[in-house]
Amino acid sequence: MLTEIINTIVYIFLGLGIFFNLLAGLGLLRFPDVYTRLHAGTKCTTFGSIFICGSVILLGLKMWLGGEPNGSTFVIHTAGALIAILITNPTGAHALARAAHRSGVKPVGAIVDDLDKNSSKTATLKKKEVEE
Amino acid sequence: MIEDFNLEYLIVLGFLLLAIVIAIIRVVKGPTAPDRVVGLDTINTIVIVGMVIFGAATLNVIYIDVAIIYALLSFISTLFIAKYLEGGEI
Repeated sequence: MLTEIINTIVYIFLGLGIFFNLLAGLGLLRFPDVYTRLHAGTKCTTFGSIFICGSVILLGLKMWLGGEPNGSTFVIHTAGALIAILITNPTGAHALARAAHRSGVKPVGAIVDDLDKNSSKTATLKKKEVEE
Repeated sequence: MIEDFNLEYLIVLGFLLLAIVIAIIRVVKGPTAPDRVVGLDTINTIVIVGMVIFGAATLNVIYIDVAIIYALLSFISTLFIAKYLEGGEI
């Protein structure tokens, strides 16, 4: 009974993981801009890999409950891989977005760029701060 | 031979390969350099997940260990490429 429930949850998790990873590829192909592509390609893969690693963790739990000592190793090592993905993926995306902005790529359709140091709006703001 | 594998995980691996192929199209087409780096970053994450899935398919833990090391090394490579695009000193 418990094994059937765990099997169903594993299949649902695998399906969700495949869906979000394919969505990441689709967004990478269809979005018009570096920043929107980064949004699709990083967030969707992180969310999908949570589900896929969760399904492998559940498989290891099932093996462990079934009496195989190999299952606990699966659980711990997959949790380590999941933590590595969760820490490194948003940090890399942040660094890439900052590098793309500083190397001069503009967002499509943007009129005001608040991060630009030479922009007139931020220049006046800085002048106000100095005067105060 | 095929009885040694969990078949459902191999099917999942096929779908992940499809996502990698779509990302490779973006890497080849990409108009600017950051586009290509974004595609490579996505491919890295999908390869990590694929290694975990392959470890579950063959019931070998060693592939999952390789996935952990691959995650850390690809993170370092992404940071260095971003620093290079930014124009700073490495």
